[in-house]
Amino acid sequence: MTTVTLTVNGRAVSGECEDRMLLVDFIRVKLGLTGTHVGCDTTQCGSCVIHMDGLSVKSCSILAVQASGSAITTIEGLSAQGEMHPVQAAFKEHHGLQCGFCTPGMVMTAVDMINRRGGSLTEEVVRTELEGNICRCTGYHNIVKAVLSADAEMAAGRQAAE
Amino acid sequence: MGVEGIGARVARKEDKRFLTGKGRYTDDMSVPGMKYACFVRSPHAHAKILSIDVSAAKVMPGVIDVLDGHQLQADGIGNLICGWMIHSKDGSPMKMGAWRPLAYETVRYVGDAIAIVVADSSGQARDAAEAVVIEFDELPAVTEALTALEGGSPQIHPEAPGNLIFDWQIGEADATDKAIASAAHVTEIEIRNNRLSPNPMEPRATLGIYDASEDHYTCYTTSQNPHVARLVMSAFYNVAPENKLRVIAPDVGGGFGSKIYIYPEEIVCLWASKKTGVPVKWTSDRTEAFLTDAHGRDHVSQVKMAFDANNRITALKVDTVANLGAYMSLFSSAVPTYLYATLLSGQYAIPAIHANVRTVYTNTVPVDAYRGAGRPEATYLLERTMETAARELGVSPAELRRVNFIRSFPYQTPVIMNYDAGDYEASLNAAMQAADWAGFETRRAAAAAKGMKRGIGMSCYIEACGIAPSAAVGSLGAGVGLWESAEVRVNAVGTIEVLTGSHSHGQGHETTFAQLVAGRLGVPLDSINIVHGDTDKVQMGMGTYGSRSGAVGMSAVVKALDKVEAKAKKIAAHLMEADEQDIVIENGELKIAGTDKTLPWFQVALAAYTAHNLPAGMEPGLKETAFYDPSNFTFPAGCYIAEVEIDPETGKTEIVQFVAADDFGNIINPMIVEGQVHGGLAQGIGQALLENVQYDRDTGQLLTASFMDYAMPRADDLPSFTLSHQNTPCPGNPLGIKGCGEAGAIGSPPALINAITDAIGHNRMTMPATPMKVWHALQATH
Repeated sequence: MTTVTLTVNGRAVSGECEDRMLLVDFIRVKLGLTGTHVGCDTTQCGSCVIHMDGLSVKSCSILAVQASGSAITTIEGLSAQGEMHPVQAAFKEHHGLQCGFCTPGMVMTAVDMINRRGGSLTEEVVRTELEGNICRCTGYHNIVKAVLSADAEMAAGRQAAE
Repeated sequence: MGVEGIGARVARKEDKRFLTGKGRYTDDMSVPGMKYACFVRSPHAHAKILSIDVSAAKVMPGVIDVLDGHQLQADGIGNLICGWMIHSKDGSPMKMGAWRPLAYETVRYVGDAIAIVVADSSGQARDAAEAVVIEFDELPAVTEALTALEGGSPQIHPEAPGNLIFDWQIGEADATDKAIASAAHVTEIEIRNNRLSPNPMEPRATLGIYDASEDHYTCYTTSQNPHVARLVMSAFYNVAPENKLRVIAPDVGGGFGSKIYIYPEEIVCLWASKKTGVPVKWTSDRTEAFLTDAHGRDHVSQVKMAFDANNRITALKVDTVANLGAYMSLFSSAVPTYLYATLLSGQYAIPAIHANVRTVYTNTVPVDAYRGAGRPEATYLLERTMETAARELGVSPAELRRVNFIRSFPYQTPVIMNYDAGDYEASLNAAMQAADWAGFETRRAAAAAKGMKRGIGMSCYIEACGIAPSAAVGSLGAGVGLWESAEVRVNAVGTIEVLTGSHSHGQGHETTFAQLVAGRLGVPLDSINIVHGDTDKVQMGMGTYGSRSGAVGMSAVVKALDKVEAKAKKIAAHLMEADEQDIVIENGELKIAGTDKTLPWFQVALAAYTAHNLPAGMEPGLKETAFYDPSNFTFPAGCYIAEVEIDPETGKTEIVQFVAADDFGNIINPMIVEGQVHGGLAQGIGQALLENVQYDRDTGQLLTASFMDYAMPRADDLPSFTLSHQNTPCPGNPLGIKGCGEAGAIGSPPALINAITDAIGHNRMTMPATPMKVWHALQATH
């Protein structure tokens, strides 16, 4: 057993875990943050995407002990209680989710995509960037619309702030 | 109907919890003392079990217990069954082999469950499962249906000689043969419908909780129909009587059919919870899902379609072999029979149809309904045949379809179905216009000029939804009725709970069902809650599949609402001293028509519960239940057009445009309906271009058992879609709804393969049309 110390959604947490425990299991089982999902356990589907030190990672493919010392944001920490991040709001407005299972990973990937390439997204870029997130319900049509809409809105927000 | 009622594009009420990580799926459930299960599964496709030794596993760290099928059998837990009886044409009943929840004599597919390990952590359960020692006597395996029917193939169940489950027919053989013999032209084609894995993103999971003090079980499970799960587990598997078993299907992450069935894991976890005295949770990993979730499709058919000199179809003859896998899953027998062959008339007036269907055991995971269930197989067969015929006859694909469309309704097909309404030409015209079909040859020439091969293809589909009239399906062998139930519970302050036997696992019922009520009563959407998925809360229900929740589930809500409104009007009439015939309900008020006298909705509700001043003899309260049994199936239909561009250097197909023109009857929420079509199209396109379950023919090992080996459609594989609706209301139910959940997956595969074969210049292509297959096909034309 090893002690893992992390900052998760702005709060310092620590816990004992087996060396082999995956970060996603630490988040779900030890911390009880069940918004991050496991859809494939082989780094393919992206249901488990979180942000680690500001970058999106698949938490099913990293050991909890490897993440020790890092700052993690999960879907629960993306927006303040009761509010929605512009990406979350765009997914709702454009019906970018159905069963909701891939949704947290999709949203975390989309936020990271906009953080890195915001203002320059096109349908082709969004589709390429979403290659690591599988959705079985939506056919991606409305997810792409939602990401493009959130990107435009966030870009307008940045412009207004300047 | 107002801004939130029927027809409004309302954002979904349920979205916020999913978007903020507050969804509650089965694997998210945690109860005190809960332990984790891992199943020991067969590594062989076919073998005798000689011995099972759990002694080493039992003493591994964290292990609570290891249980096997001998113990399960000794405790009287029953075998899994198929709930739809089909008789062969010789009158004999289908040959159902025993499916033990935990095998202890013979294993019949890779993944067949043998034992369950319960341990403190999932890792410890996995470790211990590795330590269970099983001695097998390996037997030869067979994975393909046609091979399994050949003499000398491995015999899979003693109950089914030659691996034949049933040999069934529908339609008129003599009339069909006669028409073919005298036809001006006969198109013959072999049609293969590839095997698919449904792959909802949430893997199956279950949490079994036994409470010894009450002798009561609770089962959290990833189910599309929790009441059916309880019924089957009580009536057939002897887990517990219904009053001692609560089944809860909380948020469920997609189903597509694969979560209809009762699998061994739910049964075994409930039983194991009693044996061990701890709550037992099992969550499938993705490879386990590929190995054990019911697969879909897997048909091979020989087709003959006969035409007269005017290109009118005179007969259709179909001989189908369907692979049902190693055991008969819950509704497996209905899929290649009454959900398939009854749709073989398509959108066309065909005087004579005959279909023969043989179903076969193989050493593969059981096959059952997957999005569309039989109807995609019928549509693919018909629409590939129509396209082939058009090419052979030298007429345009649209013209051949137009000549043969059914144009007056109701229309009785030769294969049971009675179509109630439709306008097939309207969808065809709309799709061709949206796709600019007329301008295609110019685009083909432009593509050719840059070295690319362009093709265009269409598909005109029909499906039977709104499943289903209970007496009719009962006469065809169904073990259950397929009505739906609803309860509308008005609270004393006027807010409303609707309890429904339909189950939402992505369809958005919490919004659409609320829209129905909001529109009827003129009360805010936020004042209405939809309750589903819990056998302790909802009286009874048959669940969600077969695009039935709108046509059947919402019709039950309409019936309950009728009763609620009638009672509310009586109360309002009494309070306002008016005739109840004069009371109307609108904008959240009950008013006397033609006057300005009104009572707010909440005040009538309050009056019902205070019961201080009710009409003489009236019971207090405002709550009504209803059961709705449909009088017929519904018949969504439409026309899909795919245009593709193929790079001859690589064989890669790009979908340049995809047009879907659908007739779904009346629509509750266009945004949600469009989403259903998008998702269905993605699955159909996945079948046509990417997806294929592949077993190793010699060993029966599943070669496509992860997302690295099984090609799921990803965002960069798909285009944006162009949709339109040409709706003719369904006359068979109060809301005029036909259903939209499966159309996309049904109509799209033939459109794509028709487009690809158009591009490559010959007809030899099977699904999935991978770049390698397409590249090889292009070499064949040279």
